[in-house]
Amino acid sequence: MSTLLADAGVASSRALAESHRALRRRRWLSQAGVVLLSVMLIVWSLAPIYNMVLISLEPEGDVFTDHIWPRVPSVESFWGVLTQGHWYLEHFWHQFANSLFLGAMVTFFTLLFGSMTSFSIARMRIRHGWVVSNAALLTYVIPASFLAIPFYRIMQNYGLANNPWSVIAALVAFATPYAIFVFQEYGRSIPIEVDESARIDGASPVQIYRRIYLPLMAPALVAVGTYALLLAWNEFLYQFLLLSTKSSMTVPVALAQFLNSDQSPWNYMMATAIIYAVPPVAIYYAFRRRMTAGLTMGGVKG
Amino acid sequence: MNGVSVAEVDRSSVRWRALSRSLRGGLKGAEYTWSLAFVVPYLAVFVTFVAYPVVYGLWMGSEPSLYRELFRDPIYERTVVNTVLYLALGVNVKMFLALLLSGFFMRPGRWTKVMLLIFVLPWAVPQISTFISIHWMLNGEWGFLNNALYKLFHIEGPSWLNDRWTALGAVIVSHIWKWTPFWTLILLAGRMAIPLEIRDTARVDGATGVRGFVHITFPLLANLYLICTLLSTIFLLGDFNAVYFVSGGGPANSTHVLATLGIRDAFDIAQPRLGVAAVMSALPLVIPLVIVLMRKLRTTEVQL
Repeated sequence: MSTLLADAGVASSRALAESHRALRRRRWLSQAGVVLLSVMLIVWSLAPIYNMVLISLEPEGDVFTDHIWPRVPSVESFWGVLTQGHWYLEHFWHQFANSLFLGAMVTFFTLLFGSMTSFSIARMRIRHGWVVSNAALLTYVIPASFLAIPFYRIMQNYGLANNPWSVIAALVAFATPYAIFVFQEYGRSIPIEVDESARIDGASPVQIYRRIYLPLMAPALVAVGTYALLLAWNEFLYQFLLLSTKSSMTVPVALAQFLNSDQSPWNYMMATAIIYAVPPVAIYYAFRRRMTAGLTMGGVKG
Repeated sequence: MNGVSVAEVDRSSVRWRALSRSLRGGLKGAEYTWSLAFVVPYLAVFVTFVAYPVVYGLWMGSEPSLYRELFRDPIYERTVVNTVLYLALGVNVKMFLALLLSGFFMRPGRWTKVMLLIFVLPWAVPQISTFISIHWMLNGEWGFLNNALYKLFHIEGPSWLNDRWTALGAVIVSHIWKWTPFWTLILLAGRMAIPLEIRDTARVDGATGVRGFVHITFPLLANLYLICTLLSTIFLLGDFNAVYFVSGGGPANSTHVLATLGIRDAFDIAQPRLGVAAVMSALPLVIPLVIVLMRKLRTTEVQL
């Protein structure tokens, strides 16, 4: 009797150990899979960025080499960019200021027009608001690059070529629809009674907009602001077509100019590309959570 | 808002108020003016910088002879093939990868979070910077890729950008590299929005792993996946930067897509009308996409 029980116990503990082992093996396999996938993802994601860093650390004239690790890391090219020490970088800070101005203005007007429009449609419930929503939706699904040629023609006719405001106008026109979506979507979480009680207390629409709507929308404003800034920072085509003089040029246009020349100073170009990438990356990581929330709220937009 | 059930209110005055409300959307005098004032700036921007260029573009590309000239151009023919390949591979491979990877990033733990931070870097770094880097990376003689291939595996890599197909492949891979993180984030948010109870119940019922994905997760994500695919198709059709910086449309104008060919025709050979025609020839694809997307986006309110 007792031996029988003991046998059964041994058998069951053996079965248990067996299943434990199977479990452990499976866990080990999945861990190995995670490690393998992680390594692949890291190499895949970082290769072009590593290449950028590698070349920017080359001393001048040493770009045409075959090594894949930085041999003699030199910050010469970064220094050259920051002090405008190369003929091709003569106007770097001016171009950088132009890019900053462009980004700041696009962000400001996108937030302003977007919040005003969504306030009127969603909070004041203007009649035929859906027409405006549809216009925005339509803009959202038209590729901006398809309008570049007529847009360029129109700006030429108005004498607005080489004027940063032409690019700002284009980018605001293409960024505001996204702002309207996100604001409307986010605004649903704010009860309309808040506005109504303020109105009963005698607040004018402008006061409600400024004192109640905008403060309550702060998280959405941050999300959309980040989006608009990154959009302006990433944009190339309109800047390339419309800003070609020395005084109006932005960093991307300057970078592209040297892409196809034979004597491209690659180490300086890569250093410039890295310096240009620092602000958006910093802003992205700072506002990452808000931005992701914004992306999922108002639909999706590259 | 206003309870209109009070008996003393004169019927005609009620009717009059209802009429004026229907005209002004329930807003009175000054408020109505303000509500208009709030939409006017955006409407002005829309009319001046979107609607007007659209009409102007349609007018520029309205001559049939332009299309005859366009269709005779061998570069155009190649461009159409490239655009189709770019769309088919770029959109689908990217979205499929994003779908799979969003599952990977659902794993709990610190490591996954760290990986996600690294993984979104391609998207966070400006396009101009990364595409220029890729362009130089693929240089046949001095590029990092061929150097690495030789040093690590003793393989002599080809001149990637000097052949039409490898150059086009490079453009497509660059696009996938750049945009997979973005769509992964969107699909990740979609997966997160699936209620925990559903996932738990499914797991108890034995729907784990592949079966859980096929029978539970994917059906719930399908609508989002479709919208993302359609949007991504539109965005990719308008993508100028990847082609312009990675291959530059070369070698010998063999890797253009419609967006870059339009700009090339308009500015490099100074035939803006031909450029508009090149872009407009995508309308048979764009218009149905836009109609489907407008419907989808409106009805689902893009709630994930």
